[in-house]
Formats: sequence, C-alpha cells, structure tokens
Amino acid sequence: MTINPDLQGRSYPAAEVYDVGREKIREFARAVKATHPAHFDVEAAKALGHSDLVAPPTFAIIVAQRADAQLIEDPDSGIDFSRVVHADQRFTHHRPIVAGDQLRAELHVDGVRAMGGGAMITTRSEIFAVREDNQRESVATTTSSILVRGEGQ
Amino acid sequence: MSLKLEELAIGQEIGTRKIEVTRQDLVKYAGASGDFNPIHWNESFATSVELPGVIAHGMFTMGSAVQLVSDWAGDPAAVVDYQTRFTKPVLVADTTGSNEPGAVIEVAGVVGALDAEARTARIDLTVTFAGQKVLMKSQAVVKLA
Repeated sequence: MTINPDLQGRSYPAAEVYDVGREKIREFARAVKATHPAHFDVEAAKALGHSDLVAPPTFAIIVAQRADAQLIEDPDSGIDFSRVVHADQRFTHHRPIVAGDQLRAELHVDGVRAMGGGAMITTRSEIFAVREDNQRESVATTTSSILVRGEGQ
Repeated sequence: MSLKLEELAIGQEIGTRKIEVTRQDLVKYAGASGDFNPIHWNESFATSVELPGVIAHGMFTMGSAVQLVSDWAGDPAAVVDYQTRFTKPVLVADTTGSNEPGAVIEVAGVVGALDAEARTARIDLTVTFAGQKVLMKSQAVVKLA
C-alpha cells in the first residue's frame, strides 16, 4: 500500500461540533496528571479571569485527532493506521479553551513526503468557535506530523 | 502569582518533576483522549507490531510534562504555544496489582528565551525515561504579565 501523493494541499471542512464540557476538562486533566485548580474548580478559574474551567494545554488534541480521523479513514489516502507513528505535535492557542465552548476543526494536509517505503504526513487543524454573529473566532491551531511506516520499517 | 519578564533570566531553572506511570494511567488517557490504539494497552498487540511492549501515548507524555509549566505559570491558559518531537517510546511495564509504577518520566524545565516585545518566555523541557530523552525540542511559550 502506498500513500497517495495527491493528498498534499487537500482540506477537509469542519464537520461535527465538539462541545467542551466541564467533566471532560476534569477527566482529561486527571488523565494527564494535572492538578491546577483552574481545571477543576469554576471559582478558581474565574479568579484568574476565565469564564469557566480552563482546558489543559494539550486538550485540543481531542478535537484535532477527530479531524485527522477524516484523513486516516479516507480510503483514498492509503494510510494504514496500524503503521502510524506520531512524529511531532504543536499547539498554538489564540485564546484559552474553556468549558461551554463549541469548537469545530478544519483540517489541512500541509505536507506529504516519501520516506523509505513510507511517508511523513503533516496536517494542520484550524480550530474555531462560531460567534453569535456567525463569524469565526480562531481558538487554536494544531499541527501534527505522522510517520506511516512502510513494509519492513 | 504573576511572573514578570524582567525577573526572569535565560538558563533559569523552573523546577523538576517525576511522573509515575502505570498501565491503568494509559487506559485512563485512552478514554479521556479517545486514542484507543491497542499499542498503548495490549501487550500481545504491541509486540506483534515489533514494539518491545506497551508504550505510553506520545500525547500522554507531552500532556503530563507540561504540567510543570502550567503550575509555574500560575495559570494553564498562560501556555500559549507548546510543541515537541517524539523521539523514543516510554515503555510501561505491567505492575498491575502492586504499588510500583510501570515507568517513571522525569521532567526538567529552564527558561530558553525571553521576548520582551511579545511579553513571553520560552520554557525548554528536558523529558527523559530510563536515562534517555523521549521528547526533543519540547518548548512551551508562556505569556507573562
């Protein structure tokens, strides 16, 4: 199986809405062993000037990996998920993610590079909220590179 | 607490942390994140794809390592940018039923750069397991007062 080189430049439009809930923020925070009260206690978050519980710095991976799934599950991509290795990851926050946010992610395939029998694929998720006036509000940009190992790698 | 750029210096240490990891922690992370790849919880699957055993999610290591920075900053939302490369796996032994961790990840942070215009500090993290670096170019940018 080979990776489709035409993936580069492809975009997947924002699909479902991700509702950020308080209990999910608490659950994710516990899972990464975070103890800061702004993840657990609404009053502590408000004391720091936030409207509700604040998500940990890597929480957006949940939304980003849902967007990535569109590419990985696209039969046209040629990606075998069992041969995928996460190579790098970046989060750029335009504003904090807080409980009550409704997020969407638009996925862009920024790079496809052959490596041995496999390929390195770089994707970018533009995560945004839709404001009441229907304008997009940028929340975070995540970029991720995955290495799809070729046979025997 | 609020950190002031003028009170920080490049090379200054922000602290260290030891993160104890068990197989149960990986199951919790899988559930919380939605990443159910069996290499993170099933030994026979992991070895069938030529891994030495069950390994931690790279995103577990990245996500737990940054807690040192969140706590130092005083507000997790002050971490405006965070990146890393994943270079080596964290192998987590099966210690189910005992009080022993399956792996211990060590984290240390230093001030790597200061940007007076943007009012930010870049914290460079050294993240090791069994004496080897598992993350490279692990950098968190913190917004300062």
